[in-house]
Amino acid sequence: MSSQGFKSGVWEQEINVRDFVLKNITPYEGDDSFLVGPSAKTQKLWDVCKEALKEERENNGVREIDTKTVSMIASFGAGYIDQENETIVGLQTDKLLKRAMKPYGGFKVVQKAVSEHGLEIDPVVTEAFSKYCKTHNDGVFDAYTDEIRKFRSLGFLTGLPDNYARGRIIGDYRRVALYGINRLIEGKKADLEGITGPMTDHTIRLREEVAEQIRALGEMIKMGAAYGLDLSRPAETGREAVQWTYMAYLAAVKEQDGAAMSLGSVSSFLDIYLKRDIDNGVITEEIAQEYIDQFVMKLRMVRHLRMEAYDQIFAGDPTWVTESIGGMLADGRSKVTQTSFRFLQTLYNLGPSPEPNITILWSDKLPQGFKDYCAKVSIDTSSIQYENDDLMRENRCSDDYGIACCVSFQELGKHIQFFGARTNLAKTLLLALNGGRCENTGTLMVEGIAPLEGDVLDYDAVVANFKIAMKQVARVYNESMNIIHYMHDKYYYEKAQMSLIDTNPRINIAYGIAGLSIVADSLSAIKHAKVTPVRNEEGLTTDFKIEGEFPKYGNDDDRVDFIARDVVEHFNNDLKELRVYKDAEATMSVLTITSNVSYGKKTGATPDGRAAGIPFAPGANPMHGRDTHGAIASLNSVSKINYKDSQDGVSNTFSIVPKSLGATEGERVNNLVFALDGYFGKNAHHLNVNVLNRETLMDAMERPEEYPQLTIRVSGYAVNFVRLSKEQQMEVLTRSFHDKM
Amino acid sequence: MESKPLNVHSIESFGTQDGPGIRMVVFLQGCNIRCKYCQNADTISLEGGTLTPIDDLVKRAVNMKPYFKNIGGVTVSGGEPLLQADALIPFFKALNAEGINTNVDTNGTVTTEAAKKIISEVSDLVMFDVKHTTVEGFEALVKARGLKKVIENIELREQSGKPYWLRYVLVPGITDSDESLEWLAQTFGNNKHLDRLEILPFHKLGEHKWEMLGEKYELQDQEENTQENLDRVEAYLSKTFKNLVIK
Ligand code: SF4
Repeated sequence: MSSQGFKSGVWEQEINVRDFVLKNITPYEGDDSFLVGPSAKTQKLWDVCKEALKEERENNGVREIDTKTVSMIASFGAGYIDQENETIVGLQTDKLLKRAMKPYGGFKVVQKAVSEHGLEIDPVVTEAFSKYCKTHNDGVFDAYTDEIRKFRSLGFLTGLPDNYARGRIIGDYRRVALYGINRLIEGKKADLEGITGPMTDHTIRLREEVAEQIRALGEMIKMGAAYGLDLSRPAETGREAVQWTYMAYLAAVKEQDGAAMSLGSVSSFLDIYLKRDIDNGVITEEIAQEYIDQFVMKLRMVRHLRMEAYDQIFAGDPTWVTESIGGMLADGRSKVTQTSFRFLQTLYNLGPSPEPNITILWSDKLPQGFKDYCAKVSIDTSSIQYENDDLMRENRCSDDYGIACCVSFQELGKHIQFFGARTNLAKTLLLALNGGRCENTGTLMVEGIAPLEGDVLDYDAVVANFKIAMKQVARVYNESMNIIHYMHDKYYYEKAQMSLIDTNPRINIAYGIAGLSIVADSLSAIKHAKVTPVRNEEGLTTDFKIEGEFPKYGNDDDRVDFIARDVVEHFNNDLKELRVYKDAEATMSVLTITSNVSYGKKTGATPDGRAAGIPFAPGANPMHGRDTHGAIASLNSVSKINYKDSQDGVSNTFSIVPKSLGATEGERVNNLVFALDGYFGKNAHHLNVNVLNRETLMDAMERPEEYPQLTIRVSGYAVNFVRLSKEQQMEVLTRSFHDKM
Repeated sequence: MESKPLNVHSIESFGTQDGPGIRMVVFLQGCNIRCKYCQNADTISLEGGTLTPIDDLVKRAVNMKPYFKNIGGVTVSGGEPLLQADALIPFFKALNAEGINTNVDTNGTVTTEAAKKIISEVSDLVMFDVKHTTVEGFEALVKARGLKKVIENIELREQSGKPYWLRYVLVPGITDSDESLEWLAQTFGNNKHLDRLEILPFHKLGEHKWEMLGEKYELQDQEENTQENLDRVEAYLSKTFKNLVIK
């Protein structure tokens, strides 16, 4: 027994949260009947937030900006929503929904964001960042080659984290609660002592990084002290465990504005403290729920300062506070606890919301009561997503992981990721048809691709050219990534997050592709029908004449599904051959975020019959309207993509109208559980679930003020529907809503 | 020996309305009657459809097995699927051999040997659509005779000791009289193997298909059910039928 009454283990000798969880978790097998509604304090607090959110919407999406302070871990004093009702405290700045400047990712971006809202940055800050401080963005553009710039500006590589922070790294925020910061500092100091000569680049860099981390931990203590909290020691109560964990996360989002700032997997860790306090009669269920409601409320209020253009790749102002819930332990017990339920319950107590990005780690073996509750929450709120825990646990050899950003595995405290945005594979295919030239501008992108002979496209010739194109695109993509992550480490190192991760962790580089369904259908058309390109005077393809039928991705038809599967494998292998900065290991995702719209705009007509400019399907989804055999056939097509070839994740979004899910509420819950068990039983990786009527969305476009909390899952995250642009709303509406009766 | 292919109109892989659990629903082409309210008017004609080898359909169903668990399976609907009963027998047997549950959604008017065999023995579940409760009403609604055959076929299933469901489309002023409800309760209320009665409130969703075919949709001015009417029917039938579902 530890002094706090926990079961002992190696976690007492070393930093090892997993061991603590393993020894002390109480899996919960029951149903949702123990859950309670929001406390009076929570309701009062949420009313204040709702008012502030309304102001934010009315004020062009931004409530307020601090234009004087460069945001660091401890640069703001304490901020409160309504102190007397706050059980869990802490804001990113000194005021609710006030956004802060984090210019180390790129100063121009901050300038633009501030000026778009009619404000001006304090001259002192402007002077510092134009004269004295260099940023990540400056560094990257110093090193970029002409070739990378060309691939970037013409839309072959898009959304690269070269002018915004890369995010994706998940600090193990639980460490602050379990150990207290003093103990963590001791650990890092010991690590630093052990990093000795010879002084290679690697060693010097690591010593500097660890020294930065130690400094960040010290700042965290100061940040806590501003709120009267002593973070230097371990949390002693359930309330402190929640508070300490949140403070650790808060330090990260004060310092960094990475695209995705995931939380990890904290619910069942916190459950250990809450359960102990409930068992000891110190708190009630109402109080435990209040802590979680207020914690989640705070997570919903996290904001970053973004410029408008950012919205094209990440629509709806997402922050990706991804919290992973559920899953199984390697020893066969489930990780579902009562606090897993309490987290989901926030979607009722506070209403639906895109953030935190709640991700259920699904296993066939999860307790039935939890499965049913998840399905019910999905049906009622469309706010959660699912990932295949069996697949990740077995392939990645860990049962203590979180989801970085949308869909990507990351072992907590042991592992980090370099975010890689994505490449446009549909445009890459067009290089194969245009002698290596961009289909829009005629610019020569890839050398050594012979123009195609004859009028009708020949499958083998196209595939041969496509392989050359993929190899070269992979090379340029890899080069850009190496530059970006070198510079990010140099100018905007994530010292707060990294201080909560083992020194010198394993790294994955997270590459990505967009346009998979278009490539699969295009190649299928070329193979099974007769496709003749229409070319302009420069010889560039502008359209395609298709004669005959061809199988389309999304109908559980191996003839085309295997094309998709093989393209993923091939491109992933091309990427794997290339050496990455810090010897990161290559992984790839099939994921688009919301960039499927902007990617579509930049891509000419494709041989599958898609006209120039039309949006891509999101993630690994089939193109809308082409999956004509119903939802399961569509899911089955996606499930054929092998996880081993896309270990960063295969994103699929499933939208269905409530009635199509079943005749009664009970049947709808059962059928959704069957669908999830079935899909993941086929080794599929990820599923967003929307249960919505199209009419609701149409009405929300007309009367957005009536739907402030209407949430919809897009590719790997969720958004407030009313915060999407008209164009993106239309794209969501034209997607396949499975509605056969 | 090659089995006969099935003439398929379309496939819905996420069927949740036609039998228990998640089902692959195979809609077959061709019907022997013409219900005024038919929602799939494009499946009535015996022409058209795609001749599909049974093996292809079995393969599709096998791909879906993880979604079925012990509850879902394959439903054959239409059109009137028992018009192709000869080909359905080997199809259902092949599905059973793969451990997949079978269900046929029939109007109950087909009395060929093969159809009877499916009803009495081959299909794991049968859903009979009872169109009307009087001979005159039946003939006016579906433009064909056959209420007697429907009753015989249901009796055949009941005698076989295997489970079945009944479905009844509730059209105000046409099928919802007290007499009709009373008849349903009298005729089927004591049946031991009847697992569920589904009341399908009439709606006009199928109208556009008739228009597309250039044919007249006769129920254009027919009103839909009020909630009050549905409540009345539910109150009445739930006295007799334990598992009553109003959709
Ligand atoms: S039996 Fe079915 S398919 Fe045939 S006409 Fe009637 S409703 Fe249509």
